[in-house]
Amino acid sequence: MVDLTINLGFIKLRNPIITASGTFGYGLEFSPFLDLREIGAIIVKGLYFNEREGNPPPRIFETPCGMLNSIGLQGIGVKKFAEEILPKLTDYGVPIIVNVCGEEDDEYARVVEFLSSKKGISCFELNISCPNVRKDGKCPAISPEWTYNIVKLVKQSTKKPVITKLSPNVTDITEIAISAEEAGTDGISLINTILGMAVDIETRKPRLGNVFGGLSGPAIKPIALRMVYQVVNTVKVPVIGIGGIFKGVDALEFLIVGAKAVQVGTANLIDPLAPLRILNEIKDFCEKKGITKIEDIIGTLKVGD
Amino acid sequence: MFVDSAQIIGKKIWSDWVLLSLKTYKIAEQARPGQFIMAKVNDSFHPLLRRPFSIHNVSSGEIEIFFQIVGIGTTILSEKKVGEKLNIIGPLGKGFNITSSVQNKEYYLIGGGRGIAPLFFLAKEIKKAGGKPYVLYGAKTEKDLPLLKKFWDEEIQVYPSTEDGTLGWHGLITELFEHKLKERNKIEKIFVCGPHEMMKKIALIAEKNKLDAEYSLESIFGCGIGACWGCVVKLRREKEKWVKACSEGPVFSGKEIIW
Ligand SMILES: Cc1cc2nc3c(=O)[nH]c(=O)nc-3n(C[C@H](O)[C@H](O)[C@H](O)COP(=O)(O)OP(=O)(O)OC[C@H]3O[C@@H](n4cnc5c(N)ncnc54)[C@H](O)[C@@H]3O)c2cc1C
Ligand SMILES: Cc1cc2nc3c(=O)[nH]c(=O)nc-3n(C[C@H](O)[C@H](O)[C@H](O)COP(=O)(O)O)c2cc1C
Ligand code: FES
Repeated sequence: MVDLTINLGFIKLRNPIITASGTFGYGLEFSPFLDLREIGAIIVKGLYFNEREGNPPPRIFETPCGMLNSIGLQGIGVKKFAEEILPKLTDYGVPIIVNVCGEEDDEYARVVEFLSSKKGISCFELNISCPNVRKDGKCPAISPEWTYNIVKLVKQSTKKPVITKLSPNVTDITEIAISAEEAGTDGISLINTILGMAVDIETRKPRLGNVFGGLSGPAIKPIALRMVYQVVNTVKVPVIGIGGIFKGVDALEFLIVGAKAVQVGTANLIDPLAPLRILNEIKDFCEKKGITKIEDIIGTLKVGD
Repeated sequence: MFVDSAQIIGKKIWSDWVLLSLKTYKIAEQARPGQFIMAKVNDSFHPLLRRPFSIHNVSSGEIEIFFQIVGIGTTILSEKKVGEKLNIIGPLGKGFNITSSVQNKEYYLIGGGRGIAPLFFLAKEIKKAGGKPYVLYGAKTEKDLPLLKKFWDEEIQVYPSTEDGTLGWHGLITELFEHKLKERNKIEKIFVCGPHEMMKKIALIAEKNKLDAEYSLESIFGCGIGACWGCVVKLRREKEKWVKACSEGPVFSGKEIIW
């Protein structure tokens, strides 16, 4: 038996596998395929205060070992989420994390204020890193000050723990991580998608309606891993690794580098059983290596001799 | 909805058209015309995403898919051999609505190119329920109409059209449809699947003739299971909005589609 429980300090998880926002719907879409209870935690699709239309299609373009998306955070808004989705989702008894979005800084605060009083939400993940919302691909997570201000504002607006999700589209990820920590974030998750684009040479049009999109999938894993490594060596708050995790070995790499938990994203779109398959692969690895406690693997990277 | 590793038990190829038969009890049992499956064409990260295919035919414990080779995924799929396994998810989406009182009612089923795929299953179901399906099957040229014999074998009326006149009606399927409308005036409903421009033209004709119509729409799918919001199409519901084609469609009523 392997002890798979993870203590993030502000929340205890049954295991280190979390589903990444935007790739797992509102959770319920996956109940025909797997027992949601067995997942460490579910992060639902990013929510703005109001319902949101999202970007014009095409919204997806496949690239070698990855995909570009420009969904633009289409979603149902907090009221509908609280009324129609949350009660059903809480029945499963799996920790629920809400991915919080905002057009203006102040909207992040309004979203968490509204949802803080609702039963069943474990914590918030601040999506300050979506590249698909503004035409220029800019987001708060590209600036230390902007990041600081939003995290501070949100922390003042809720008693629930807050995870800040960082963008890879920056020169120095550690600078942003420090800002988030100084502003009081309880945890950091990274990475969101990498800004990219693709062109159809026949029509000479961009492949995505929004021109830019976010790259995700196996192609981005090395970048994600490097950034997680940099951040765990900079901040004290727990770090959650995201990017191209498709197999148990991918998740283990992030844990060894120092992530306390991981998020599975694009893999869910292809294999709706991915979270539990990956978990089982981790378990098998531990059993084979005689590891009895998953936490013993975390941050065991050996650099140099 | 099931994830299944389905064995390929039959395969036919006509130049760039492929028919695969798959053993998959649970999916076959629940499948309705107009629904689709998502297939992972190999175990590799390239291509990464599953590909959507309409359920073309169902018989005890088996389904068929019928597709055109257009790119990397369909090429790999076309190279599969009988006996190999294919990982599929299905049945997915909401299919065509055939009202309960189909008896003796007349329907036009209009399929352009690969759009014919879901209409075979639909035609069989309508016929089984006592209705009369008339299939219009259009393509560029004769060799792109490999399913004609299959419809004949089921004794389903099918009218081919080719743009180059090598078989059947010489011209566009939309013109054939206008022509055929003059022959029958008690059409209960039309069911349409094909290229966007073709469906758009059919929709104009249907509207002019006040025909009830359903269309199976295509868009680029990320997941096929309603999780990513990648596949949206514009509909007129309470207001204009982007709606997921995979889980709320792919079949939509002509009344709500914004072309
Ligand atoms: C609900 C649904 C049912 C479908 N049923 C059938 C069917 O029964 N038979 C059939 O032949 N085809 C069907 N298609 C289209 C089929 O899914 C695409 O042809 C296929 O995904 C192309 O894969 P590829 O890797 O070979 O092409 P790629 O190499 O990915 O691309 C080649 C070309 O196909 C286009 N394309 C890629 N993905 C899609 C997509 N999801 N939909 C439409 N075009 C796409 C690309 O824009 C490009 O022009 C269906 C599509 C949908 C959405
Ligand atoms: C289709 C799609 C939608 C996404 N939507 C969101 C979102 O709403 N909020 C968010 O913080 N991240 C979103 N992401 C980013 C993922 O949560 C994740 O950070 C990223 O895809 C990298 O992980 P992966 O390679 O495992 O997918 C989305 C990603 C994809 C592919
Ligand atoms: S393809 Fe993912 S939601 Fe429709």
